[in-house]
Amino acid sequence: MDYLLVVLLQIAGAVGNLALVSVGLAVIFGMMRVINLAHGEFIMLGGFAAIFSVQAGINIWLAMLVIAPLSVAVLGVLVERLVMRRLYGRMVDTMLASWGLSLLLIGLATTFFGNRVVGVAAPVGSFRIGEYSLGAYDFVLAGIALVVFAAGYAILRFTRVGLVARATMQNREMASSLGIEPSRVYAVTFAIGSALSGLAGGLLAPISGVLPTMGVAYVAKAFITVITGGASVITGTALSSTLLGSINTVSTFITTPVLGDVALLLAATIFLRLLPTGITGRIFKGAP
Amino acid sequence: MTLSTFCRASGTHVALAAVAMLAAIVIFPKVAPLYTLINVTLYMSMGVFALSLALLWGYGGILCFGQSAFFGLGAYAYAIAAINFGDTTLASAFAIGIPALFAAGLGYFLFYGRLSDVYLGVITLTVTLILFKLINSTGGDAWRIGEARLGGFNGIPNTPLLTMPFTGIPLSPANLFTLACIALFATYALCKRLITTRFGRAVIAVRENEVRAELLGYNARRLKLAIFVISAGIAGLAGLLFANSVFVSPTMFSLSMAAQVLIWVVVGGLGTLFGPVAACFALQIAAAALGKLGLIDPNIVLGLVLVVFVVFVPGGIQPALAALLARILTPPRGSPGHMREEAAR
Amino acid sequence: MKISRRLFLGGTAAALTAPWVNRSFAADDITIASIYDLSGGLEIYGQPFDACLDLAVSELNEAGGLLGRQIKVQKYDPQSNIQLYTQFATEAATSLQAATVFGGITSASREAIRPILGRYQTLYFYSPLYEGGVCDRNTFLTGSTPSQTIGQLMPFAVKNFGKKVYVLAADYNYGQISAKWVRDFTAQAGGEVIAAEFFPLDVTDFSAAIQKIQREKPDVIYTLLVGGNHMSFFRQWAAAGMAGQIPIVSTSFGGGNEHIVLTPAESDGVMAAFGYFQEIKSPANEAFVKRYHQKFGDKAPYVTEHASATYNAVHHWANGVRKANSLDRMAVIEAIESGSTVDGPGGSSTIDPKTHHCATDVHIGRVKDHSFEILESFANQPPADTAAVCDLVANPNDNQQYVIQ
Repeated sequence: MDYLLVVLLQIAGAVGNLALVSVGLAVIFGMMRVINLAHGEFIMLGGFAAIFSVQAGINIWLAMLVIAPLSVAVLGVLVERLVMRRLYGRMVDTMLASWGLSLLLIGLATTFFGNRVVGVAAPVGSFRIGEYSLGAYDFVLAGIALVVFAAGYAILRFTRVGLVARATMQNREMASSLGIEPSRVYAVTFAIGSALSGLAGGLLAPISGVLPTMGVAYVAKAFITVITGGASVITGTALSSTLLGSINTVSTFITTPVLGDVALLLAATIFLRLLPTGITGRIFKGAP
Repeated sequence: MTLSTFCRASGTHVALAAVAMLAAIVIFPKVAPLYTLINVTLYMSMGVFALSLALLWGYGGILCFGQSAFFGLGAYAYAIAAINFGDTTLASAFAIGIPALFAAGLGYFLFYGRLSDVYLGVITLTVTLILFKLINSTGGDAWRIGEARLGGFNGIPNTPLLTMPFTGIPLSPANLFTLACIALFATYALCKRLITTRFGRAVIAVRENEVRAELLGYNARRLKLAIFVISAGIAGLAGLLFANSVFVSPTMFSLSMAAQVLIWVVVGGLGTLFGPVAACFALQIAAAALGKLGLIDPNIVLGLVLVVFVVFVPGGIQPALAALLARILTPPRGSPGHMREEAAR
Repeated sequence: MKISRRLFLGGTAAALTAPWVNRSFAADDITIASIYDLSGGLEIYGQPFDACLDLAVSELNEAGGLLGRQIKVQKYDPQSNIQLYTQFATEAATSLQAATVFGGITSASREAIRPILGRYQTLYFYSPLYEGGVCDRNTFLTGSTPSQTIGQLMPFAVKNFGKKVYVLAADYNYGQISAKWVRDFTAQAGGEVIAAEFFPLDVTDFSAAIQKIQREKPDVIYTLLVGGNHMSFFRQWAAAGMAGQIPIVSTSFGGGNEHIVLTPAESDGVMAAFGYFQEIKSPANEAFVKRYHQKFGDKAPYVTEHASATYNAVHHWANGVRKANSLDRMAVIEAIESGSTVDGPGGSSTIDPKTHHCATDVHIGRVKDHSFEILESFANQPPADTAAVCDLVANPNDNQQYVIQ
């Protein structure tokens, strides 16, 4: 009985984890139709930012929740200005350029930070359920994911900024003729998306450690989650990470981590075949 | 350049390539040290791999993120068949047949489900990742097909070398080099020829405008499936050659392998065949040299090359250089601009 | 367009026929090659190998070299990429014609280059600890094998902690085969392996495994985890409040600097068995560590068993060359087979002519505050696992890796 509860809690943790890892990519893809394949490296740099800050004596929460997202947002602005801005409307080219960027960032991180895992201890302790002892940090992470998604939903749904964002997302020409400057919206979107990737990196650092090549493990998962979610940034990603995260965790518990990942990928493939435009391409259409 | 002049020109290109191939087969093994010969054989197998995607993406308009799936499948099919049958000639047929068969199944699933652009990319990517993860976790003893142990992360280091048909003598490095030369040339000639046939033109028409092609009576789904299967067979051939110059391992399925081949096609020029092969050679040589010098992380160079090409040379080197040369060598009226446009599509 | 293609072809042909540039050496130097990952995911393993190889070679050179000639090392960095291993091994054997090759970290890389060096008749030394069983006259293996380390660690663990053992291992030949040895030695010690889980090298999420372990309630956990990603297990184990709750023993922990990278809260108490620890208190080792730090500075990487065995490997080869008074491959092999002992930093290392493995001292250490405390030592352990199946004196043409059933 306790074990069942433990498994359920692990599922919640995994869903939160997947949602956090995907949300940065989702914002950029949903708003701009740009697939940022350097997303994994943005996560990696967020992780390094957090760890270096902690090593410099800064409070770990400040490092993870503020410094990591801010520093990656700055990088995002740079990338948007220098590369992405020239490629809007050419989806495949943005994908390839960001792939190149990903290799470049891996190379730079390896050169400057060294190709070794650096880590930091989780800032919260553990708790017990019957005979089982669980790390509390997973659930802090899931809680933060929940807050991020709720805030994102509220902003897009109820504020003027959200209205502008949704308008640009739905019809760029129309929005632009109504006096909204798409290039500014895009720059802000890219910065926010990058910040969210940085946040994910900062928060993951205590769990998985940080390594220049760590991004590869996340980008494919995030990419698949976002595409499975479909057009709606918040609703789609929330739904698909719940679905895929649950499948992944349950099958990992029953079998092995490898088959857990395989189950996730297979589920995504079958889903896309049935709903070729993602979950929110068919149901929950129009939700933010 | 219009399609018809392109067709006429292609005969000359194939002839030139044939001459280059013959020269390479005759001269190269005599002058090059063994190590170079082995490495160039490896690059040639990668060249065949580059052609498989150059054809599929450049002419079929299908962006496959998981071309390495067919590359790896071809190699594994070869190694497993060769270990079990003890005969490499039949195993070679498996190397081409199994990936083609797999592509037929996957392609049916994709194209008849009307999946397109980015969704197609995601599914090919996930399929590759699934294969990579599965094959990587076959380290245990239980994982064997007949006599062949799959070996997981280790791959199959004792991949049997190709042998002469009937005699069973393993090919020497020089033999393998000759074989790789012929394979690269034959693939190039095949692709060149294919795009001038009625079938090839129909495939290009689908790339240009799928709806219009269908309204003209072409079965776009079937055409896409066909070019997908052909490309997978070519990738399988590349895997076979690679298996003979290195050995079979799960890295053949990896994301970085899939990325490399995309980079070659982008750098060489989408919608060209020679460019991707040239880019493949140049970048491999550069990566090996950088690894030896150890001055700079090879990822930095590869990444920069890709970003710079996508942003500044979107058509790739072949069209860009052709345009540049045309500007220098011909009077200004021979405007090369539209040539580049065509290639850049 | 035509013109451009012709130029391209011409250009390529020129590139193909241009001779490959090779670093040339003075004619009277002895050239040896090393192939260790100095970048990429295995860098943390590779650096100490490289340092100890350098130390051994420079000490030989300062003492006058071998056969009156200086030794030069051509280093190849395969960047943690197996394909580059095969390329560099081919180059070292055919183009460089190295007198011998020291190389390979993972068992996967060894099995990639061993056939190549055999084919091109180039003597090969493999120095990491590994899963045992390689039987190949062209190859000498100076690292420890399961019967030497696991064979001591398992009785120790069962006696001190209990009979139920849970194994976590890396999913490739090293982990798979070593896990079988753990099963075997646990049974011999009167215990039982209740579960063995295997993780590919890219796994970082161990939360399911941690809950499964808690459900099974083992007395001891045996880890054969490898690489940076797998360190997450210890991090997540501590985060779940489990650190110190169940004893952890290992024959891989520390080989990748785990005890340096992880915090004391995460790693203290983990016990490992190796043929060498940097902390061994002996005059020979203290002098060695001092020389090591003089050469590479105080921030030089921790000397792992892999690294000290690399130091020994160079000296075994030097013994062979001196005794044969030649660089000829067969002469050196026969000279080493006729008996070679190196008084290395971790004690004496003696070549067993039947298996080409080494008899070596073995120690059990426990992590405390980023270093190991030595708990027990066992002198001169023979490579009994490989010796049970491999006899190169009787069957010199044997060439395979035996695997425990």
